[in-house]
Amino acid sequence: MSKVVGGIFSSHVPAIGNAIAKGLQGDAYWKPFFDGFAPVHEWVERVKPDVAVVFYNDHGLNFFLDKMPTFAIGAAHEYANEDEGWGLPKFPTFEGHPELSWHIIDHVVGEEFDPVTCQKMTVDHGLAMPFALSWPGLAKWPVKLVPININTVQHPLPSPKRCFDLGRAVGHALESWKGDEKIVVIGTGGLSHQLDGERAGHLNPEYDRFCLQHLATDPEALLKHSVLDIVELAGSQGVEILNWIGARGAMDVAGRGSVVELASNYHIPISNTAAATVLLENREAVTA
Amino acid sequence: MDQYYAGPRRPIPGTPVFDGAAAERGFAINAMCYSFNEDANRKAFVADEEAYMERYGLDAEQRDAVRRRDVLGMISAGGNVYYLAKLAGIFGLNVQDLGGLQTGMSTDDFKARLLAQGLTERRVAA
Repeated sequence: MSKVVGGIFSSHVPAIGNAIAKGLQGDAYWKPFFDGFAPVHEWVERVKPDVAVVFYNDHGLNFFLDKMPTFAIGAAHEYANEDEGWGLPKFPTFEGHPELSWHIIDHVVGEEFDPVTCQKMTVDHGLAMPFALSWPGLAKWPVKLVPININTVQHPLPSPKRCFDLGRAVGHALESWKGDEKIVVIGTGGLSHQLDGERAGHLNPEYDRFCLQHLATDPEALLKHSVLDIVELAGSQGVEILNWIGARGAMDVAGRGSVVELASNYHIPISNTAAATVLLENREAVTA
Repeated sequence: MDQYYAGPRRPIPGTPVFDGAAAERGFAINAMCYSFNEDANRKAFVADEEAYMERYGLDAEQRDAVRRRDVLGMISAGGNVYYLAKLAGIFGLNVQDLGGLQTGMSTDDFKARLLAQGLTERRVAA
């Protein structure tokens, strides 16, 4: 029986890719951020997940405003990382898991979600960065990918509750999957940051701490804010927390036992961002 | 009364909310920026900015903002920062440079303001 073994949550600032390319992980500016991945490295080495189901947001690589899905699920055999306009080195291509993708799509549509399905899909830094951080230095990713894109670009965005419920539906699908793969869910982006407007550079450690404190044990606390509340609190790109909320929802399967935090790292600043890394693990239900 | 309509958006000072109206207003400038995912298009823009803006049908306000490298002007004309970041890259500007330009600071002062809020908080389970 397949199961969700844990969750990795990570910021995806493009500048992290530059730092990796230049080998700056030990640099004073970057070290407090990269050090946060040591527990993740130990965990993926020990647990060896086979599949990653990733909740992320596209930044204008695969989707443009001509067709902007609220939720989109990849069902491709592979996903290439392509040039996003800056000509940066590309990340290795991701191997897909179309059978699992279609199983998830079947299930979530059965639960009355209406995702766009993508048999061709390119993926940007918003998806790739947590892989480069969690499995550094590899020419081939050790996990297959199912990407789930949430619109955080064009308002109205889906509500936090809707994202959490989508995640839960994905979690139900993963629980009913016939395969025996170990599945890690990944939520990318955030935490507080704002790139645009006169308030550019806005950060909010208080809101970020609230999210980090409740993510493992009481994720529904994060659903009390509306999307606009989150824009006000966390900045216009801080709404990427929706990806974290979706991924956390996928770990939240009734009867599955508890979700525990193994590690949390919060660091200001990485570029314009309050950067965070969280590792959660699903524990089996204890039966008497 | 539509119980699902959130009502007029409340303004959040200094914070653009890129909604349907902005997406419609900014379609041309954002479409131009989206084209910059391809290197050949970046080169074509650099070779002749005016011709490239003409090709994508930018309106006068959008063209003027691009000519003046006026980030707030581009946003006010419907530009979305995720797409504008691709144009900024052509100008050799990163998001921290954009932060400085929008807040009236030098990039160094903008970075210093972020560093002044620096902190690291870490938990690792035993």
